[in-house]
Amino acid sequence: MKFGVIVFPGSNCDLDAYHLVRDVLGAPVEYIWHAEQSVAGFDCLILPGGFSYGDYLRCGAIARFSPVMPAVVDFARHGGLVLGICNGFQILTEAGLLPGALYANTSLQFRCRFTTLRVENTDTPFTRGLAPGQLLSIPIAHGEGNYYVDPATLQEMEARGQIVFRYADREGRITPEANPNGSVGNIAGICNETRNVLGMMPHPERAGEALLGSTDGLLLFKSILDYWKEGSR
Amino acid sequence: MWRAEIKVLLKKSVLDPQGRAVENALTSLGYTNVNRVRIGKYLEVTIATPDRAAAEAQVREMCTRLLTNPVIEDYTFTLVEVEA
Repeated sequence: MKFGVIVFPGSNCDLDAYHLVRDVLGAPVEYIWHAEQSVAGFDCLILPGGFSYGDYLRCGAIARFSPVMPAVVDFARHGGLVLGICNGFQILTEAGLLPGALYANTSLQFRCRFTTLRVENTDTPFTRGLAPGQLLSIPIAHGEGNYYVDPATLQEMEARGQIVFRYADREGRITPEANPNGSVGNIAGICNETRNVLGMMPHPERAGEALLGSTDGLLLFKSILDYWKEGSR
Repeated sequence: MWRAEIKVLLKKSVLDPQGRAVENALTSLGYTNVNRVRIGKYLEVTIATPDRAAAEAQVREMCTRLLTNPVIEDYTFTLVEVEA
């Protein structure tokens, strides 16, 4: 199974994602420059964090029209695994691969700290190795991670199991105090209807080694690898 | 040629954190009669076409595709005829 990390001008978590997949997970990985027009040969695409195109106009608004994006959309529509982290999540919503939008934190502050995530859906390629309600310690680093979606769509997403992670306190309670950015329903990560596209504001690639304070993020990548191995057996 | 003057605001249903912070600041300055402060964006785009209807259609298309995010934002615009 081969991972691809898409590099936009202004991406700055691409090296972290690459390092985690190659050196910690031990899986093949290559960078994909945004000017490429094909993602052939890759099995899971990672859209990393950063400030693609300076986040001009809106976060992800310009990156979503990068030359590589039609191939990413096509890959996703055909069931390919796509993981958008932070700015990558913003790009996926702008591209219409995930519902809703991300905008300024209600605090108007850039929040850079560990958060506790509660796993809401384990029936996805990204979370199948986790337990329902499991708590993960994974850091955030963003100023515009306030997830919004209209109430009707939110209800449909809940019914379809598209809410994958919520910000929780250390006891797993979903409280306003545990919400770092004002997201509706404390939402930290969502998937599409077919569950092959995941977007999340927290950075699992920054939580893959004990030295970094948590190894919980690695569990997502292990899930992806297990899913792939099982599928190709 | 036309100059499109485009105003973009967060939808009324979407909380505007900047607007709220500024509203609080205005209130603390003693302007206790202000409310519903909204902060948005103003964009100008010059479009080379003789036809007003074509310019209008193009502005709408550009707003939908790139200039705004219809999930969270609304926009209004006016067209001003300008010399080439």
